[in-house]
Amino acid sequence: MSQTPRTQSAPTTSAQQPPVRRAAILGGNRIPFARAHKQYARASNQDMLTSALDGLVARYGLAGHRMGEVAGGAVIKHSRDLNLTREAVLGSALSPETPAFDLGQACATGLETTVSIAQKIRLGQIEAGISAGVDSASDAPITVSEELRSTLLELNRAKTVPQRLKAVAKLRPSDLAPALPSNGEARTGLTMGEHQAITTAEWGIGREEQDELALASHRNLAAAWDRGFFDDLVTPYLGVTRDTNMRADSTLESLAKLSPVFGRGLSAEPTMTAGNSTPLTDGASTVLLSSEDWAAAQGIEPLAYLVDAEAAAVDFVGGHEGLLMAPAYAVPRLLARNGLTFADFDVFEIHEAFASTVLTHLAAWESEEFCRTRLGLDAPLGSIDRAKLNPNGSSLAAGHPFAATGGRIVASVAKHLRETGGTRALVSICAAGGQGLTAIIEA
Amino acid sequence: MTDTYTRIANGPLRAAVKALGLPNPVPLRRRPDGDHLSEPVLVLGPGSGADTYAQLLLDNGFEVRRTPTSEKLSAILAFVDEAQGPADLSRTALEIGGALRGLVRCARVVVFSRDGHINPERPEAMDPALNAVRNGALGLMRSLAHEMRSGSTANGIVVSDGVPLDAPSAVSALWFLLSSKSAYVSGQPLHVTTADGAPVTAEAFAGKHLTGRVAVVTGAARGIGAAIAQTLAADGARIVGVDVPQAGDALATTMNRVGGTAVQLDITAQDAGRSIARAVGAPIDILVHNAGITRDKMLANMDAAHWDSVIAVNIDSQLRMNAQLTEAGAWGGTPRVVSLASTSGIAGNRGQTNYAASKAGVIGMVAASAAQLSTQGGTINAVAPGFIETEMTAKMPALTRELARRVSSLQQGGLPVDVAEAIAFLASDGAGGISGDTLRVCGQNMVGA
Repeated sequence: MSQTPRTQSAPTTSAQQPPVRRAAILGGNRIPFARAHKQYARASNQDMLTSALDGLVARYGLAGHRMGEVAGGAVIKHSRDLNLTREAVLGSALSPETPAFDLGQACATGLETTVSIAQKIRLGQIEAGISAGVDSASDAPITVSEELRSTLLELNRAKTVPQRLKAVAKLRPSDLAPALPSNGEARTGLTMGEHQAITTAEWGIGREEQDELALASHRNLAAAWDRGFFDDLVTPYLGVTRDTNMRADSTLESLAKLSPVFGRGLSAEPTMTAGNSTPLTDGASTVLLSSEDWAAAQGIEPLAYLVDAEAAAVDFVGGHEGLLMAPAYAVPRLLARNGLTFADFDVFEIHEAFASTVLTHLAAWESEEFCRTRLGLDAPLGSIDRAKLNPNGSSLAAGHPFAATGGRIVASVAKHLRETGGTRALVSICAAGGQGLTAIIEA
Repeated sequence: MTDTYTRIANGPLRAAVKALGLPNPVPLRRRPDGDHLSEPVLVLGPGSGADTYAQLLLDNGFEVRRTPTSEKLSAILAFVDEAQGPADLSRTALEIGGALRGLVRCARVVVFSRDGHINPERPEAMDPALNAVRNGALGLMRSLAHEMRSGSTANGIVVSDGVPLDAPSAVSALWFLLSSKSAYVSGQPLHVTTADGAPVTAEAFAGKHLTGRVAVVTGAARGIGAAIAQTLAADGARIVGVDVPQAGDALATTMNRVGGTAVQLDITAQDAGRSIARAVGAPIDILVHNAGITRDKMLANMDAAHWDSVIAVNIDSQLRMNAQLTEAGAWGGTPRVVSLASTSGIAGNRGQTNYAASKAGVIGMVAASAAQLSTQGGTINAVAPGFIETEMTAKMPALTRELARRVSSLQQGGLPVDVAEAIAFLASDGAGGISGDTLRVCGQNMVGA
């Protein structure tokens, strides 16, 4: 794969276009993540997002403030939620004069909203903003079948009684069955888990190393909760005070007992279980970003800065690459643009869609062949010190309310950098549609 | 938030309640609609103090009478500060008595006297006759409070020897006691021990007198803590509310309502004081130690977990936080610390040995900390609530609750805001001369009187 040479325009300094500023990450707030159909079963995306926003507003004393903009989104969205984020803002303690917009990039939504707000701050378009993401796998939209939908639309268009009768006559009893949302890929019909199972088998990722990664995720997350790391990152919601998917007492033995759920139709031995895959989860997260001036005026010390981001996408439909492999391509491009190597990072936050997703990314960056043939590099990117990987747990333990994961990671890793005195973090999130979004956060 | 009985006794069953001589509580005068005294204030007593205050009241826009009158009255100020022996009380006491029938609803009687505490360093206070009359004045005030009707109260302002009778804190205490902010305070003496504090007008005290102050309130998520946050915010302070992470959602709601900042933190953590100083990031002008728990058990059934947790939250955390904030240099120029005690800490309460030990501990702590806080230019006091209508008391057995309400002179429970108003007063600029004291907000509950 050839690399197109990039022209990197230097920041202009003309009077019309002020120089690019730094976008500070001041902090965040999320609600505890809860497994689907449990405590948040009756909470809507708007309910959860509003609560997460209110917690952030209280933490930073922003009641009644007009923010520059709020960016949010959800992956599973009701059609009525066209203005989800704006509606949440109106229901929150923020000034009703705060504008908001929705965007979507599947599981990368929460990181893309953060990048988007950060860019507006960097360009001087806004002083401070909030990025957010929310998802409910419980309160999912149920739609009517395509057949019923087209019949109803035809009925609506019909002007005469015979026309109406003709439209209704097309209806079949089977058309009345409601359609539930699926996490299958639109173009392949395979679920994300089945896609990843193929990649896992191709890379020969073993069961035990997947379980070990899952175990580390639970232990790291539990330790972070126990030492109060989340006291200023999470606000309870509906009686839930900690992430409900977390199993602090998980062991390799208990994980080893679980039966594989994906890849059972493949020739390779199936390795992906409910223990090393993320469960369906409900939750919402927010991140507060601003210019350095705004932060100083508010008396808030920034935790870190969002420096750069890179998205990638792969051709999984044609079978050229695995569905969740896009971050493997985004990261080297991001490093190259910033003149960095893995050695320059203190922490790596790689979203655990599945344990094997993280492990295939690591394997790919260590592979001389992959880096040469797929990335066009002379040498492998190298390996990542596991002690620097997801130090406060990730999605396997916390759960993964799709659009809320980005905000969880950004706020946590920014605080982690501040706490540990680290200087640089790499964030990587894979997403449906063969996409991936990665970012650099610096203290 | 008037209780059912009070509503009925002031509504359909008014005549029956009167005929049967049943408790007859009236809705108390509270903010925002009750700060204007509709009738004149009668100032009684011989000496210069009465003259000074009569003039002060006039300067602050009150109508004043200097001799007994048949007019309706909103308040009576009685000065016995110059009395030298028990016989000197007679004239003023009887003049108060003669004027009582002219008082309107929710009226006020305020008795000014000198401190009768035995102080070996002040030989003049060792005069038995002098001390008798000074203590006698408190006996008069307390009994009169029991006799007050229709939401009216009687309280005392007790000024130490060597401190001018019109010291800033004595004047501020008067504005507090005359106002609706003291609705549920009755039968209590306020001790003014120094001339510290800034002079404040009645109008300023009624307004946003805490503007620019940073106030930390622990246990701010719900109940009395939320009311404290709301009241201090209404008086102009910037609120930093602290509560345990588990109460974070309620804390966020309260803080967003008052435009404050939420800090989720367990105050029993060893470094809670330092964490709070860091989270506030600005000099702390007001600290309200409100967070508290009850773990009631008869002592015979008490275990270490029940005993120790109450002591840890209710008193140990306060001692540690005060020390850490001092050590960190986190206080503002004239810090005001107010701690929540309880009438249980004064009178004791069956099933509350642990709680009473912690709350009596608070009373002891503030008394002993006053000297230390004064080196910072600050004060430290406690407020001891009696029966206050909260989520917690709503869960009491109905009969016990009903009894607890009626055994006070005001014959009703107080509201969280009543406790908050007393705290806002002690946190005010004018209250710099009141320190080490415990003010009861209990409607003169018979318990521990």
